[in-house]
Amino acid sequence: MSNDIFVITEHMDGKFSDVSFEMVGKAKELASAFGGQAVAVVVGGGVSANVFASDSTIHVDDENLAQFNPEAYGKVIEALVKEKSPRLVMFGWTATGMDLAAWLSARLDKPCVAYARDLCIENNALIVNSQVYGGKMIAEVAPEGDMAVVAVLAGSFPAEAGQGSTAATTIASPVALDGLKVKFVEAIKPAGGDVDITAQTKLVSIGRGIGSKDNVELAEELAQKLGATVSSSRPVVDAGWLPRTRQVGKSGLKVKPKLYLMLGISGAPEHLEGMKDAELIIAINTDKKASIFNVAHYGATADLFEVAEAMLELL
Amino acid sequence: MNIVVAIKHIPSIADDLPVKGNNVDFDSVDFVLNEFDEQSIEQAVLVKEAVGGTVTVIGVDMIGELDGVLHLALAKGADKAVKITGDDPAADSHMQAKWLSEAIKVMSADIIFAGVQASNDLDGQIGPMIAAYLDLPYIGGVSFVEVVGNTATVNKEFAGGFGAKYSISLPMVVGVQAASKPPRYAPISKVRQVAQTATIEKVAPSGDTSAGLSFKKMAPPVVTGHAEMIGGSSKEVATKIVELLKSKGLA
Repeated sequence: MSNDIFVITEHMDGKFSDVSFEMVGKAKELASAFGGQAVAVVVGGGVSANVFASDSTIHVDDENLAQFNPEAYGKVIEALVKEKSPRLVMFGWTATGMDLAAWLSARLDKPCVAYARDLCIENNALIVNSQVYGGKMIAEVAPEGDMAVVAVLAGSFPAEAGQGSTAATTIASPVALDGLKVKFVEAIKPAGGDVDITAQTKLVSIGRGIGSKDNVELAEELAQKLGATVSSSRPVVDAGWLPRTRQVGKSGLKVKPKLYLMLGISGAPEHLEGMKDAELIIAINTDKKASIFNVAHYGATADLFEVAEAMLELL
Repeated sequence: MNIVVAIKHIPSIADDLPVKGNNVDFDSVDFVLNEFDEQSIEQAVLVKEAVGGTVTVIGVDMIGELDGVLHLALAKGADKAVKITGDDPAADSHMQAKWLSEAIKVMSADIIFAGVQASNDLDGQIGPMIAAYLDLPYIGGVSFVEVVGNTATVNKEFAGGFGAKYSISLPMVVGVQAASKPPRYAPISKVRQVAQTATIEKVAPSGDTSAGLSFKKMAPPVVTGHAEMIGGSSKEVATKIVELLKSKGLA
């Protein structure tokens, strides 16, 4: 058993995601407290891995790993972790990390903490803060035993601390990758033909509170009067009320408009990830304890329909 | 095609969550179906409609109120409903995944659907854990599924509209982000009718594990900032917002 911290980095089209650097920076801090090393783990081909400020970087290079494949990546990471026995394995709580963190935890029978937004060490024990119940609760937990898996929310730590130029050690896959049941077929690019919400200066963003597809028209009218575009949180898109091109948040797009007017969005962490840097955030919600009010600049506990209709009369 | 949907009954976050000791006071909260499970139930029924087979919905009965959720799933097109009599409102994802995988093991499932995540997945989601316990591959963040013969083609979503198409030899576990089509509506009358005639199979929990987490604290987030709240009637709120926007040149 070592005191090393493994960071499972993630990349697409040769570029590492911010959360990879954010985790490496945090891992360095934790590793020095534990007396181990911060190890960046890069799984996949066609990428330059010498970009981290880690104590060391392991680059597993194999043609079967060129694109993300949860089965192949899982096998490689499981083998590496079993061989090196790190104290902690960090994943991003992202589209790829979410496929692997809990899976690895169950495979190895080691604890897992998801939705993590901070980690610290007290009396040589790891303590993790996790943002659960849609951001309404913070759980503070200590994983038991000698190894833990943690999946970290993007944007939890500064990325700069993880950026560097540590030379990676390239290794072949520690496990055979033939006979995989999951096969990558092709990449899917964002659908074109709709407005690009990331390029808009004003967004009227609707959430579950809008209630039905018919009510989207009200938001469209308001947006038109304001010279804005309608965007939304994920449930609105999942319900088929707006196309996926309008979705703001972790699984959607990151926006930074001058105005982000929110109607009926409670502010789950996944949504905040996509809009918290907007210049002016105004939130209307009937739940006075909605977590969005901790992030918005202005807020009102009110009926979104009444407010929107009254605004239409005034504009 | 033998299709299984593993669901989670979770504390509702529509209201405040009371705390008892170092965890949520589970006796004082309402439990609801995980919102992503509505998507995975729909996806399962869509696959059944396309290729034939049966859909079995299974979940851990946390507080003895799972029947209503199972009746709704049946009204939406599921064929069988199974509840694991956990009767432990604090059962973590690891425990639930272990019990579910033990119960699913004997079902010879071709494809197992689970919601991609749940708001109480403190120790991770049940989908990938069921896959690990059953030694099956897992793929999550899925928004499209098509089954032909023994092969499934799925679309997995990454951020920002990017994604990837994968082909998978069954059996496997799929974490559903969104069904290929929006979930259908089941009229109350149909749910009531199902509730009168349906049989829900009961299974005792089998298998032992835990998340291995020691709880130090559970509390609402410490608020570092708060919106400046605009009070008054809806009309007054609207007036103040319009004034604010005009003052900033945004309206």
